[in-house]
Amino acid sequence: MLRYVVRRLLTLVGIVIVISVGSFYLIHLLPGNPATVILGTGDSPANRALLYKQLGLNRSLVAQYVIWMGNVLHGNLGVSFISQTSVASTIRAALPIDVELIVLSQILAFAFAVPLAMRSARHPDGLVDRLLSAGSFTLLSIPPFIVIVLLVLVVSIKLGVANTGPSSYVSLATDWVANLESLSLPAFTLALGSFVLYFRVLRSDLIATLQEEFITMARSKGISHRRIMWRHALRPSSVALLGTAGVNIGGLLAGGFVVEYLLAIPGLGYTLISAIASSDYLLVQGIVLVVSVGVVLVNFLFDFAINLIDPRISRE
Amino acid sequence: MSATPERTTSATTAPVASEPVLLSVRDLTTTFATNAGPLRAVDGVSFDLGREEVLGVVGESGSGKTVLSRTIMGLLARSRVTVSGSVRLDGVEIVGASENAMRQLWSTRVAMVFQDPMTSLNPVMRVGHQIDEVLRVRLGLSRTAARARSLELLSLVGIPSPAERYRAYPGQLSGGMRQRVVIAIALAGAPALLLADEPTTGLDVTIQAQILNLLDDLTARLHMSVVLVTHDLGVVATRTSRIMVMYAGRVVESGPTADVFADHRMPYTRALLECSPRVSNAPHTRLAAIPGRPPNLAALPAGCSFAPRCAYATERCHREVPALVETTTPGHQYACWNPLPARGGPRP
Repeated sequence: MLRYVVRRLLTLVGIVIVISVGSFYLIHLLPGNPATVILGTGDSPANRALLYKQLGLNRSLVAQYVIWMGNVLHGNLGVSFISQTSVASTIRAALPIDVELIVLSQILAFAFAVPLAMRSARHPDGLVDRLLSAGSFTLLSIPPFIVIVLLVLVVSIKLGVANTGPSSYVSLATDWVANLESLSLPAFTLALGSFVLYFRVLRSDLIATLQEEFITMARSKGISHRRIMWRHALRPSSVALLGTAGVNIGGLLAGGFVVEYLLAIPGLGYTLISAIASSDYLLVQGIVLVVSVGVVLVNFLFDFAINLIDPRISRE
Repeated sequence: MSATPERTTSATTAPVASEPVLLSVRDLTTTFATNAGPLRAVDGVSFDLGREEVLGVVGESGSGKTVLSRTIMGLLARSRVTVSGSVRLDGVEIVGASENAMRQLWSTRVAMVFQDPMTSLNPVMRVGHQIDEVLRVRLGLSRTAARARSLELLSLVGIPSPAERYRAYPGQLSGGMRQRVVIAIALAGAPALLLADEPTTGLDVTIQAQILNLLDDLTARLHMSVVLVTHDLGVVATRTSRIMVMYAGRVVESGPTADVFADHRMPYTRALLECSPRVSNAPHTRLAAIPGRPPNLAALPAGCSFAPRCAYATERCHREVPALVETTTPGHQYACWNPLPARGGPRP
């Protein structure tokens, strides 16, 4: 087990180096530069050169990367060129919003996916199964940016529910009820995609598990159908589900951006898109670093959970 | 498990009228709806099983013996299967009973030992908890009482250091150990009837004998009735009081074990007997096999279903299905137009 953890951590280091090099290079390929954003277009070339020197942007890309990485290893993510605030504090303010959003969406997704997958798997190709499968396909084919716009239109504009419209984010510390309200629509939108994924993966695994002889044996004990589902069928059917959830949650960490941006929720996604627009190199680098480490860690965590849930895997 | 007294297998152990019948099966027919049309896996089977009696059900693969035991257990999926006839367990009708009604009988009245211990235990659940489940859910024992009883059951089925094994996952146990756990689960609810469906097929020969002796010993000690399903006549020879030979879903011969062995009348029974290897055979002799294959149950031949493989078949055998007829020995019946002569016995 220790060897496994060490191997995973080494993988993590490799992934972070590759991603940070890649994003460092890509952000410098983008048109626009911080000097233009800070000084405007009318300033003299001499002033620009001076600012470039002050920001350290006159050095080669490799030298910039090495300096940046050296600082990161000392726990220093740097200070934003634009806002002059520390990148670490900006991330500290934005990250909890994403974490909360993901936790809420995953609770919703699992709360619906698990019981409905059980219901569907009970009679495969039965009426309920067909309705649920068709419904989940329909949901899958509507992109999140359409869903969130429709939800805002109906819930916050037509029905007038408070704190649900764009730019109405309230922090958890201020008012937790208003906070939940302000995150309800984006959480629901993110939950839809996850729900469809989890429902489909779990349904097919459950159908296969229910054919197993040990399920017949469990039936022959005279225990209830509910107990067979929850105690006997769910656990051996959740390996693929947990693997999928790990990848999906990693994806949400990086991909919840559209919803955040549309509702102006000041999470990492919103901050990243603004940072890219203003060529705020260090902030972009910092966010990319945190998100990539987060994605790898979430996957690691779920792989670990799979090991716990199925004793066959760690042995084999 | 050694020094287990073997059951006496004489003709006198056949059910007598005074003995109350535990299980009564009448004209039981199990039909599967398949794409090739209806498939009768069990066709008009009738028998009685007395208390503490052990019945051996013998036949090749596909003879319907597994379906018979699952039908009696009421475990077949209701949507694809039609069952007619009657199965009465202690007077309670099982054919047509709802899953809810069956749940009341499972574990506490009737339990099953499954064929393959590699697949019949939940791989992600500790074996102790799989035994506990019966005790807690069905018998209402507390967590601690169930644990104590599970440990007792584990030692009853001959598992060394039960406290350690209690926490093991099935994958950490050998096949023989797993089958012992399966037996412990079946015994947990103290059923009156135990259905053992080829309980040793997936095991090594030495382990087979251990498991069979264990079953033998436990049925006597716990006063259970047993239906022992197998394809191996050697298995039932010393462990059953009666044998029922099945072919293509029908009973072709049944009677007291000793009588069927010594005085079988149906050519199929003899063919089965000749398939068992014997110590008296010269070394390197070829094992006997029955020519041909068991018939396709969805397209049974007219007449006796064994006729296409039978050396004694006549024109009538291909035309009319023989009914079961009594021999002079009480309880010994066979279904054959051209029976072997009485007191034939197995050929040397």
